Amino acid sequence: MTPLPAYLLLSSLLFSIGLAGALTRRNAILVLLGIELMLNAANLNFIAFWRYGMEPEAITGIMFVIFSIAVAAAEAAVGLALIISIYRHYKTVNLDKVDELKG
Amino acid sequence: MNLTFAILAALTVVSAIAAMSLRNLVHCALCVAVTFGGLAALYLKLGAPFVGWAQVLIYVGAVAILIVFAILLTRSDAPAQPVVSKSWVAGIAVALLVFGVLTRAVMTSEITIQQPPAKPEPTVLKIGTELMTRYVLPLEATGLLLTAATIGAVIIALQEPVSKRKNVAGSSNTEQAGGASPAPNPPIPGGHV
Amino acid sequence: MIIALLKGLFLMIWKVLGDQPDPKADFLAALPEALRVLASVVLSVVPIMVTFPLLFAITTLLERKGLGRIQNRLGPNRVGPCGIFQPIADGLKMITKEDIVPRNADQLVHFLAPIALVIPTFLAYAVLPFGRHLVPINLDAGILFFFAVGASTELSVFMAGWSSRNKYSLLGAMRAIAQMISYEIPLIISTVTVIMLAGSLSLVDIVAKQTGFVGGILPHWNVFTPWGFAGFVMFLIASLAESNRSPFDLPEAESEIIAGHLTEYSGFKYALFFLAEYLGMFAVSGLAVTLFLGGWSAPLPYLDWMPTYVWFMAKLMAIVCLFIWIRGTLPRLRVDQLLNFAWKFMLPMSLLNLVVAAIWHFTSVWSFPGELAARWLLCAAMIAIPYVWLGRALSGDKKSTLRIYRFAD
Repeated sequence: MTPLPAYLLLSSLLFSIGLAGALTRRNAILVLLGIELMLNAANLNFIAFWRYGMEPEAITGIMFVIFSIAVAAAEAAVGLALIISIYRHYKTVNLDKVDELKG
Repeated sequence: MNLTFAILAALTVVSAIAAMSLRNLVHCALCVAVTFGGLAALYLKLGAPFVGWAQVLIYVGAVAILIVFAILLTRSDAPAQPVVSKSWVAGIAVALLVFGVLTRAVMTSEITIQQPPAKPEPTVLKIGTELMTRYVLPLEATGLLLTAATIGAVIIALQEPVSKRKNVAGSSNTEQAGGASPAPNPPIPGGHV
Repeated sequence: MIIALLKGLFLMIWKVLGDQPDPKADFLAALPEALRVLASVVLSVVPIMVTFPLLFAITTLLERKGLGRIQNRLGPNRVGPCGIFQPIADGLKMITKEDIVPRNADQLVHFLAPIALVIPTFLAYAVLPFGRHLVPINLDAGILFFFAVGASTELSVFMAGWSSRNKYSLLGAMRAIAQMISYEIPLIISTVTVIMLAGSLSLVDIVAKQTGFVGGILPHWNVFTPWGFAGFVMFLIASLAESNRSPFDLPEAESEIIAGHLTEYSGFKYALFFLAEYLGMFAVSGLAVTLFLGGWSAPLPYLDWMPTYVWFMAKLMAIVCLFIWIRGTLPRLRVDQLLNFAWKFMLPMSLLNLVVAAIWHFTSVWSFPGELAARWLLCAAMIAIPYVWLGRALSGDKKSTLRIYRFAD
């Protein structure tokens, strides 16, 4: 197997692990962790395609990943702030219990 | 394939599975930090050192700590509950389905049988030049996004003032630290969240 | 083959001492092909792993004697003449002490925390240029690597504090991490000014830009420019906070919170934490020397007969002595004072420093004496005036008056 499909398979495996975690765990923070893992898997995909793809001199893959890392960090910050705020109101971060819109 | 790739891939996958399935939240956060580290090593192996070290700095050095702080600030004293939700079978089935679809897409495409091109050497100078010429608009937009996210996160996580009535002295500051909010908030060190 | 190896070894030591390029080449040429990479790595790593813990031992003695003299007492002077063998006694004590782990502690994380702290701290030395030809790796993104491994040490501080299952440990760890992430930003922004003007993230290039002398005598170091001086001061303050040293040592001070995140550690693990703190201090001093003090270059043109690594070490020890002096002089900051200082004073000043460095760069074509003076005055005023104004604004209404002492009768 050439290197590219190995990296792509690894990235899809990490993506599905993150997806499984985000769909099955009940704690809101772990759902966020799953989402971060999915973002990282996508970044790995970009770098693998940049390295083994058509035109590595244009470093488009690296640029995309730099911006993706920045956006993912910002999203993690806001998401965790939301979780802290939810905890303050509901006294729990169990997603099965946070099921009412009435505050 | 390659021995280093096999070791790094195994490390990353095992720590990702551990991160998603452990019972103790802080252990999950530490395992996900190991996953980020493994991914950074893979970026270094793929010949992108700037992204690799940026991944360590941002993810292991900041996002993992953010996650750990959030876990500590949202601990409840309730007894240990079942780890997964009631419909965990459906979740795992969907994930397996997604993995199956992606694997079939990868294995049956033509791009995977081509020969890889020569290894590029992206210098930091080139990355910086591209950031300032071709990608300057996304750069500025990302700066704006990060500023908005910082301000937004601080405002969302700020505690509401203790007394909502207007004081006669007029000195209701909106930044109360710890203090009179009801238990079971753990003490917030340093004053501001 | 043994003779070739010994000859290669002798040549390597000769070349290192004589500051000549490519010291490892002869030794590596005498080895079989398969071993060359491993031998090259070992030859780069072992001197660092031997030198800096030795320097750590010497510095503990220096610090205790220095602090003692500042506080008007002798330091340790029992073990050996003038207390020279005190570090050996300390080392023996640390190694032979019983390793107590609380029963409720999280055993695996408690064990891994000191290891996870020491490894990134040692890694940080890999990019520092110790001499003209003595850099272990010349990474293209050297400074990014340094800060990346520096940031990974924060997670291990949390691991230590949380795994002890002790309220004081956890509180100390949270305060330590809050302090470290707050002071990372002025640290990195001060570095960005140097990167901006050097045009490269590689530490070797940054030092190369600072060689050469202005007007024949004054060295071209970054600290002799207005933005460089302000950046150097801010870098030193931020690095004191990053390595949890006085006056920022609230997380581990004995009178405050027992020992913070180190409370439940004894014996060799405590020694590892101590080692990691001092090694971090040396690494960040090494970075300060590289970025602002011209790295391995000599201060005056007729002093460059001394080997370059001697200059690097001398400057490093000067900064370490400065840190010891500051520790003995200034009182400890409270945690809210510490965080206020970082976010409300250091961050705006470092951003301003960035602007001043940019102005300095764009006015570098001004070279007539009048224009030169104007450039200096403009940049210095742009730093000094906001410094005074911000300092006055942040200290509130507190006026410093003459202190009146009342002694007990």
